[in-house]
Amino acid sequence: MIPALALVLGVTLGLVLEPTVPAALQPYLPIAVVAALDAVFGAVRAQLEGIFDDRVFVVSFVSNVLVAGLVVFLGDQLGVGGQLSTGVVVVLGIRIFSNAAAIRRRVFHA
Amino acid sequence: MTLPAEPGAAGPDSPGSLLRRLLTPRFRRVDLAVAALLAVLGFAAVIQVRSTQAEGPLAAARQGDLVQILDELTNRNDRLREEISALEQARREITTGTDRSEAALAEARRRAQLLGVLAGTVPAAGPGLRLTISDPRGQIGPEVLLNALEELRAAGAEALQLEGATAGGTPAPPAVRVVASTSFLEGEDGGVLVDGTLLQPPYRFVVVGDPATLATALSIPGGVEDDVVQRGGRALVERSEDVRVTAVRPLPEPRYARPAA
Repeated sequence: MIPALALVLGVTLGLVLEPTVPAALQPYLPIAVVAALDAVFGAVRAQLEGIFDDRVFVVSFVSNVLVAGLVVFLGDQLGVGGQLSTGVVVVLGIRIFSNAAAIRRRVFHA
Repeated sequence: MTLPAEPGAAGPDSPGSLLRRLLTPRFRRVDLAVAALLAVLGFAAVIQVRSTQAEGPLAAARQGDLVQILDELTNRNDRLREEISALEQARREITTGTDRSEAALAEARRRAQLLGVLAGTVPAAGPGLRLTISDPRGQIGPEVLLNALEELRAAGAEALQLEGATAGGTPAPPAVRVVASTSFLEGEDGGVLVDGTLLQPPYRFVVVGDPATLATALSIPGGVEDDVVQRGGRALVERSEDVRVTAVRPLPEPRYARPAA
């Protein structure tokens, strides 16, 4: 309940404040968002399976974001930033899909 | 610790207890951290979506596409630049052409005015003199006036008109513009017919030209003034810096003569 309200609050804040992304953060923000989404989907799945742990969620969320940003940063330094962010997005996307599939099985039993 | 993404081994809760657990607010510190993270996620996702929309379609385009678009823009720019220079060239040509034809028109107008002074179709003004010839004895005929006219022309008269009193005393004295084709005839009972207009003495020449030269030409011994005096009349010369020759004549259309280049 509280987390859902917090999510709505964050979205509302973003819509109301209309901040611009700092130029230094621009390459990392989309990757960070995708990594966080991966963590959130994993958390929903764990919740449904009854193994959700707040601590695990917080750590996985932060580490997901940090690692994704680090990978993109490294790629930028090596000159393969574009390809590496594509790779990160693909991997995270696969994880999101598999989590979504597990949630679907749990919820609809199908 | 178990990763949230790992498939859970523990058995699922019954749906009712899960729902109840989810709807019960809990305020441990770690719950607040979860809430904060989700708020940050929502915030970041929204501003990312916003900035992507603000950057427009080019932000999402691939490098190759961008290069192609840039290329096309450059080509189009070049074409438009060429078009601009061609149009500017055309405009310059048109402008100078207009200037030329305007100059030609002004020159033609000027020449028409000058020729109009010669042909007597426009009024003329300038320095000159008025020569009044009285004829109390009726001795002054067309030949005297013709002599006077030729003397004036020889002295550089540029525009002339001849005025006279009317026989019946009409309010405005008749005035005839004197040009190359002007004729002088003896009137039936005194007076002179100038181009078909009967003028009675005293006659008055209104002449535009150099006043000094004209006056000198009239007063030479044996000249016009002497002649008039011998015939019992008087010749009165008034110089003026502003003489107005106001009589005009219509321009006759030549019936036979055509301009030959």
